[in-house]
Amino acid sequence: MSISALLSMGRCCCRCCCPRGLWMLSAPRCDDRRMCVCPGPRRIGIPVRSSSLPLFSDAMPAPTQLFFPLVRNCELSRIYGTACYCHHKHLCCSSPYLSQSRLRYTPHPAYATFCRPKESWWQYTQGRRYASTPQKFYLTPPQVNSILKANEYSFKVPEFDGKNVSSILGFDSNQLPANAPIEDRRSAATCLQTRGMLLGVFDGHAGCACSQAVSERLFYYIAVSLLPHETLLEIENAVESGRALLPILQWHKHPNDYFSKEASKLYFNSLRTYWQELIDLNTGESTDIDVKEALINAFKRLDNDISLEAQVGDPNSFLNYLVLRVAFSGATACVAHVDGVDLHVANTGDSRAMLGVQEEDGSWSAVTLSNDHNAQNEREVERLKLEHPKSEAKSVVKQDRLLGLLMPFRAFGDVKFKWSIDLQKRVIESGPDQLNDNEYTKFIPPNYHTPPYLTAEPEVTYHRLRPQDKFLVLATDGLWETMHRHDVVKIVGEYLTGMHHQQPIAVGGYKVTLGQMHGLLTERRAKMSSVFEDQNAATHLIRHAVGNNEFGAVDHERLSKMLSLPEELARMYRDDITIIVVQFNSHVVGAYQNQE
Amino acid sequence: MFHRFLSIIRRQRTSPRWQKQCLARSSASAAEAHSVALPAQAQVVICGGGIVGTSVAYHLSRMGWKDIILLEQGRLAAGSTRFCAGILSTARHLTIEQKMADYSNKLYQQLEQETGIQTGYVRTGSVFLAQTQDRLISLKRINSRLNVIGIPSEIISPKKVAELHPFLNMHDLVGAMHVPEDAVVSSADVALALASAASQNGVQIYDRTSVLHVMVKKGQVTGVETDKGQIECQYFVNCAGQWAYELGLSNEEPVSIPLHACEHFYLLTRPLETPLQNNTPTVVDPDGRIYIRNWQGGILSGGFEKNPKPIFTEGKNQLEIQNLQEDWDHFEPLLSSLLRRMPELETLEIMKLVNCPETFTPDMRCIMGESPVVSGYFVLAGMNSAGLSFGGGAGKYLAEWIVHGYPSENVWELDLKRFGALQSSRTFLRHRVMEVMPLIYDLKVPRWDFQTGRQLRTSPLYDRLDAQGARWMEKHGFERPKYFVPPDKDLLALEQSKTFYKPDWFDIVESEVKCCKEAVCVIDMSSFTKFEITSTGDQALEVLQFLFSNDLDVPVGHIVHTGMLNEAGGYENDCSIARLSKRSFFMISPTDQQVHCWAWLKKHMPEDSNLVLEDVTWKYTALNLIGPRAVDVLSELSYAPMTADHFPTLFCKEMSVGYANGIRVMSMTHTGEPGFMLYIPIEYALHVYNEVMNVGQKYGIRNAGYYALRSLRIEKFFAFWGQDLNMLTTPLECGRESRVKLEKGMDFMGRDALLQQKQNGVYKRFTMFILEDHDTDLDLWPWWGEPIYRNGRYVGQTTSSAYSYTLERHVCLGFVHNFSEDTGEEQVVTVDFVNRGEYEIDIAGYRFQAKAKLYPVASLFTHKRRKDDVELSDLHGK
Repeated sequence: MSISALLSMGRCCCRCCCPRGLWMLSAPRCDDRRMCVCPGPRRIGIPVRSSSLPLFSDAMPAPTQLFFPLVRNCELSRIYGTACYCHHKHLCCSSPYLSQSRLRYTPHPAYATFCRPKESWWQYTQGRRYASTPQKFYLTPPQVNSILKANEYSFKVPEFDGKNVSSILGFDSNQLPANAPIEDRRSAATCLQTRGMLLGVFDGHAGCACSQAVSERLFYYIAVSLLPHETLLEIENAVESGRALLPILQWHKHPNDYFSKEASKLYFNSLRTYWQELIDLNTGESTDIDVKEALINAFKRLDNDISLEAQVGDPNSFLNYLVLRVAFSGATACVAHVDGVDLHVANTGDSRAMLGVQEEDGSWSAVTLSNDHNAQNEREVERLKLEHPKSEAKSVVKQDRLLGLLMPFRAFGDVKFKWSIDLQKRVIESGPDQLNDNEYTKFIPPNYHTPPYLTAEPEVTYHRLRPQDKFLVLATDGLWETMHRHDVVKIVGEYLTGMHHQQPIAVGGYKVTLGQMHGLLTERRAKMSSVFEDQNAATHLIRHAVGNNEFGAVDHERLSKMLSLPEELARMYRDDITIIVVQFNSHVVGAYQNQE
Repeated sequence: MFHRFLSIIRRQRTSPRWQKQCLARSSASAAEAHSVALPAQAQVVICGGGIVGTSVAYHLSRMGWKDIILLEQGRLAAGSTRFCAGILSTARHLTIEQKMADYSNKLYQQLEQETGIQTGYVRTGSVFLAQTQDRLISLKRINSRLNVIGIPSEIISPKKVAELHPFLNMHDLVGAMHVPEDAVVSSADVALALASAASQNGVQIYDRTSVLHVMVKKGQVTGVETDKGQIECQYFVNCAGQWAYELGLSNEEPVSIPLHACEHFYLLTRPLETPLQNNTPTVVDPDGRIYIRNWQGGILSGGFEKNPKPIFTEGKNQLEIQNLQEDWDHFEPLLSSLLRRMPELETLEIMKLVNCPETFTPDMRCIMGESPVVSGYFVLAGMNSAGLSFGGGAGKYLAEWIVHGYPSENVWELDLKRFGALQSSRTFLRHRVMEVMPLIYDLKVPRWDFQTGRQLRTSPLYDRLDAQGARWMEKHGFERPKYFVPPDKDLLALEQSKTFYKPDWFDIVESEVKCCKEAVCVIDMSSFTKFEITSTGDQALEVLQFLFSNDLDVPVGHIVHTGMLNEAGGYENDCSIARLSKRSFFMISPTDQQVHCWAWLKKHMPEDSNLVLEDVTWKYTALNLIGPRAVDVLSELSYAPMTADHFPTLFCKEMSVGYANGIRVMSMTHTGEPGFMLYIPIEYALHVYNEVMNVGQKYGIRNAGYYALRSLRIEKFFAFWGQDLNMLTTPLECGRESRVKLEKGMDFMGRDALLQQKQNGVYKRFTMFILEDHDTDLDLWPWWGEPIYRNGRYVGQTTSSAYSYTLERHVCLGFVHNFSEDTGEEQVVTVDFVNRGEYEIDIAGYRFQAKAKLYPVASLFTHKRRKDDVELSDLHGK
């Protein structure tokens, strides 16, 4: 089977092309012009076969046309999987840069089985060659919308007595998968026993187990850390005497955001141990709880619990395997805690929190509230080098990765970078067979001398909200690597305020003819319709992130191609994207300001 | 005072181009600001100096009332009247509206001559365009109704359209209607002329005077509190336009006037290079949602968009008033439509986009009449953007109403009392007017139901019925089932089912009707208005005997059909009254009588604490069991003999049904079919319904809706109040002599009029028409309002129609008049006159032969099934 062409787009999102543009360089030349679906630059190329049926290359046969709405339909993805898989072999496996994930390792197939076991596309499609005629991918606007909107969620803070007294108006969130299944997670909850709202995005790697666990558990740890001594006592007493517990969190979840039922008991016990320790530590004298400290403690404690649970194991074999998967996979976290005008952002890893500020002249500017923990952050590189002997100075950060392997320099889970070699071996040997058979878990990072190399400790930034702070964007790196922060803030800002409403047309004293006015209005309407398509700021942002052309306008053709990529290919062009846009209530924020 | 008023007029007249003046925002001279003491009392106080208020003042003064004060919060004719587009159009859907517009047209035409004030009246005519065949049908219906009341109009071809207007693109047209006598006029100047004439007749006019609230004592207007002092008065007329709702609520005893404003936009251009002739006809393109008139050599064009912007929901809001800006983006669809209709206007220069809020009502009809709660409180408002067209006529009717106690035409369709407090929620109004405003140019097809403001009042069975496929209609806020869609049946989408021809539910209703005839059906009729009148002594009987024409002194347990007549013998209400005991009566009236009947009874009942009137509508769920097997179902459920010997027709008994006791069972069905009405205390409703359905299964019971009921009652020539009967119809005119007991031993309201009518004969006669050569599948269906022709001459209009599945013909009900051939005067209609005619019904210009009948078809009342008719299929469940 020969692959004819893959024309790369100018900007490749996947991390595997560390020297950016590698794809373009290494992509085989297009040897059959007719077979190129989109010969232009900056477009997504679709790999096609040149060997068979050239006559059909331009006309899409009717039966396959019917497939297109169902891009996620396995039939199609399998067909494309074929092309893709070969493509992998050709480009990934033989290239020195192997992995497309943020975590690089050898050998490749083992990773695949660990993360998502699947059948061999190669075998499967041998008998189905007839279906794989070259095709053009086009999704209609409604199809694009249904993909973009599948995971969108909006929450409006309920109003009391016609007035919203919270500093938050509400939030919009959404995620667009590139991995299958998606490895990103998101959480949002209101603290019921203390004031404030928690919002977070979690970017998993080496599977979604860790990000899932963190998304379920972290907010409880934070909420418990924030609770005053008496409340903790009250809860503990209630558990002890079997009374009804005080609710701690009010979750705001999309139906797709699930919680693990099986591990719930285990997680609860760990959490309870935590608060019991908090009760023991605190004699109830100091009532002031420092949010920053609480966030750091919660992060560290949860990571510690994840690690401990994996070491101890669980008699239930399912749970045992689960805690191990959680510990061996990893996740970054970026969490915001908003209470009145106090905004804390705790970040571990390379997701980012960005504040949208509207200047007096109405223009938008971005204020970054978190630092990325990766090789681009010199302070982080410095920290790592300081934490380990000088002899490791060269190996600890290699090729912009931790030990040459891991992109983020801080993360939950990832016990491979935390445990001693002995501990890793012991746990794997006593662990279930699935773990034991797995090449990835057995693999010890090179130059692994002085663990731990990785921490989950967050960096906490504080910001006091001002009336001009209109919104906060929390997003995983999938967004930030495709869009500049200024563009992000501008797009969201204009979406939220509805710029088109601010500047109505007025004829004034000018000479305008009906025809001119009509032309102007038609143009304005076309521009507006892209805004009106989305009821959710996060969806709107994803639409731009994925579909923007070089002029910063959404290009439907591009959008449609990006979204119709088969799952095997999608990860090469974009990462999972998860976005939460929190809108602040300027009136309330202003009122706070005036009070003081 | 008069001098000061003239100065206002003089100022207006110095600048005949009123629009220009409004653009310049001519500031009122400071001299106006000085306050003048108001008179301490007057007979009538009118609030509102727009075209409506001035018209009421004008007509009242013309009828001889002099002691009238008109108050205006700003300047005269400065509200919506000032910004009105100035188009006078008589092409309306209701005959009463056509008459009002026609009168206004004639009034305004001679106003300049009468007052010497230029009104800018130009007879331009108007052209209504049809882009679709359905639209053309709609225009043809209007056309045939206009012609019969003497307004010339004709349906013309697209080619002819091009001759009438220089710029019209007619390539996508299928036809048009031309109304040559329509006009354009400056509405502000008309209002000023009316004010001037009224003032000459003695009406005192005060501007810059706001009414704060109306003072009420014992349900009677006593005066008005203004920002400049109090005025005592007997009558108050609320003509406050879009502020009428607020003003109504400001009373201690609030008067609910359901209306709400929406922003309305129109465009003004500079003159064309060769200015448009000032008699160029006005063009209305309802499919394009726009109107276009000539304006100072250029054009004025506005429309009624699909997505209106309601405004002033929270009341008079200064911020909103100031922010009434041009919204070009909102106007874009209308502008596109304009340029599609007149492509040559592309180069025409824009002058201004005007934003003038217009007021709309929940049913797109204006609101007039006396408040049901405060006597002496009159309202005329909610003109649905036709204030100029209706102003003259509506003012006249309201003046008649105030002076004589009733207007000269039937205005029930516009009566304030068709609404109650239940329509006055701001949310309801806001949502509903957003549906009403586009409706002005939407295609109006038979049996249209509003989609907004629904599910307000429902029966406890609503969910049960809905789950069984009920499709709903709304009456007075109450959801009523139209028909039940069987599970396997696929009906057209709402938009597609809009048709003037055979509707898609035809077969469904047929099977429901058939089931009513052969087995038994159950219809939820809980919406009916239900009152109970009780007294300690004989007061209840006495007052009812006086108010109702039939003899109510019947044995306990009997039901009497009777009319509640006014002094002129006309039906104020048509109801059934059951005598529950010696001293208590149960009264069932049409749904929309809830407010009107209550007000009427309250007004005419003596103040007596021992006489209690109670509205029990909400207490009872009403189930109508229709059909020959209803008796079997009921006797099985009650273990009581239900045969005619034990339970004759028009009989009422409290009995148990299933486990539930105290169910009021009445042997009548409102359709002429055998069966029973069950009045069930609501907590038993679900139980009784379930039992009836369970037991009824073996008798083939099924749900039915109002369409089946309608077909059944119309084929039996049953008149319905509000549709067929109104305040100007007497029992003698609709063959209901039997329901009037002139000799019941005491006087009753309307008796004298009826006696006289009996002597003189009637001037119209309720008649049933059976369409002869009408093809149900292919021909246009009748609706109501179709002209009736006798021997080729117009004699009246239909009031309702339905397809009779038994006769397999369409049945129309309507009134036959006898207009003198020479003078057009109404003459006595005799039975002979009706019987001796050849009749035709005009449906959108097509005339269908009809057989007239003064009595129902007798065969429909024989219920007995012959033995040899029984066949196997009767054994199937229905």
